[in-house]
Amino acid sequence: MNRQPFSPGEYRALVARMTPKSRFLRGYLRAFWVGGAICCLGQALTLWAETLHLGEVTAPMFTTGVLILLGTTLTGIGVYDRIGKYAGAGSAIPVTGFANSVAAPAIEFRREGPVTGVGARLFTLAGPVLAYGIATSVLVGLVYWLGKGGAA
Amino acid sequence: METLWTFAKAFVVGGLICDVGQALILHTKLTNARILVIFVVSGALLTGLGLYKPLVDFAGAGATVPLTGFGYSLAMGAIEAVNRYGWIGAFSGGVARAAAGVTAAVVFGLANALLFTPKAKR
Repeated sequence: MNRQPFSPGEYRALVARMTPKSRFLRGYLRAFWVGGAICCLGQALTLWAETLHLGEVTAPMFTTGVLILLGTTLTGIGVYDRIGKYAGAGSAIPVTGFANSVAAPAIEFRREGPVTGVGARLFTLAGPVLAYGIATSVLVGLVYWLGKGGAA
Repeated sequence: METLWTFAKAFVVGGLICDVGQALILHTKLTNARILVIFVVSGALLTGLGLYKPLVDFAGAGATVPLTGFGYSLAMGAIEAVNRYGWIGAFSGGVARAAAGVTAAVVFGLANALLFTPKAKR
C-alpha cells in the first residue's frame, strides 16, 4: 500500500504523454465504428434495392438518396449534430454528412428568408464540394479521352 | 455467410476511410469544408487513375458511401460518357451520374430548412 507518489513534474509529464494519445485513439475508434456502421446501412439499402430490381447504376442512386433523406432529416430534428460531436469524421465523411452540410446552414440561416437565407445557404459547403468535384470529373474525362487517342 | 462477409468488408473499408478524415481533423488545421473537398477530389482522381473502382468492387457501400464515393460517381460518369459521346461526355457524364444524389441533397435539404427552425446551441 506504500506507493511512491508522483512528483508534480512527473505527474504533468505523464498526463501530457497519456492524454492526447487516448483522446486520439478514442476519436479514431468512434470515427471507425460510426463510419463503418453508416456504410453497412448503405450496404443494406443496396441489397434492398436489388430486391426492388434496380440496376447497377440506379441501385447506388437509391442508396444515396435514402441516406441523404436520412441525413437531412436527422439534421432537421437536431440529432445529426449530436452524432457529429461523438463521431467526428465518422459522421462527416459518409454521404449523410454531405447531406448534413447542405441542410444545417440552410436551417441555421432560415431567418434571412427563403431565397438569400435558405436557398443560398444550401450551398455553403455543397458549393465548394460540387465546384471542385465537377471540375475534377471534367479533367478526368478529358485526360481519359486523350488517353484513348482523342477519338470522337 | 457471404452476406455477412459483404457487410464486414463495407464496415472495415468505410470505417478506415472515415479514419483518414479523422486523422485530418486531429492532426491538421483543415476546415471541415476543405476536408470534404479533399475527399471528393481524391475520389475522382483515384478513379481516373483506375485505383478506386477495385475498392468499390471489393467493399461496395464501404467505398461508395464515404464522400470519396461521390468523387468516384462523378469521375466514372465522365469516363463512361466519354466512351459513349466522345470529349463532350467529359462535360456531361459526371453531373448526370451524380444527379440523383445532388437533387436529393438539395430537395431534402430545402424541405428540412422550410420545416424546421434552428435548434438552440447546446
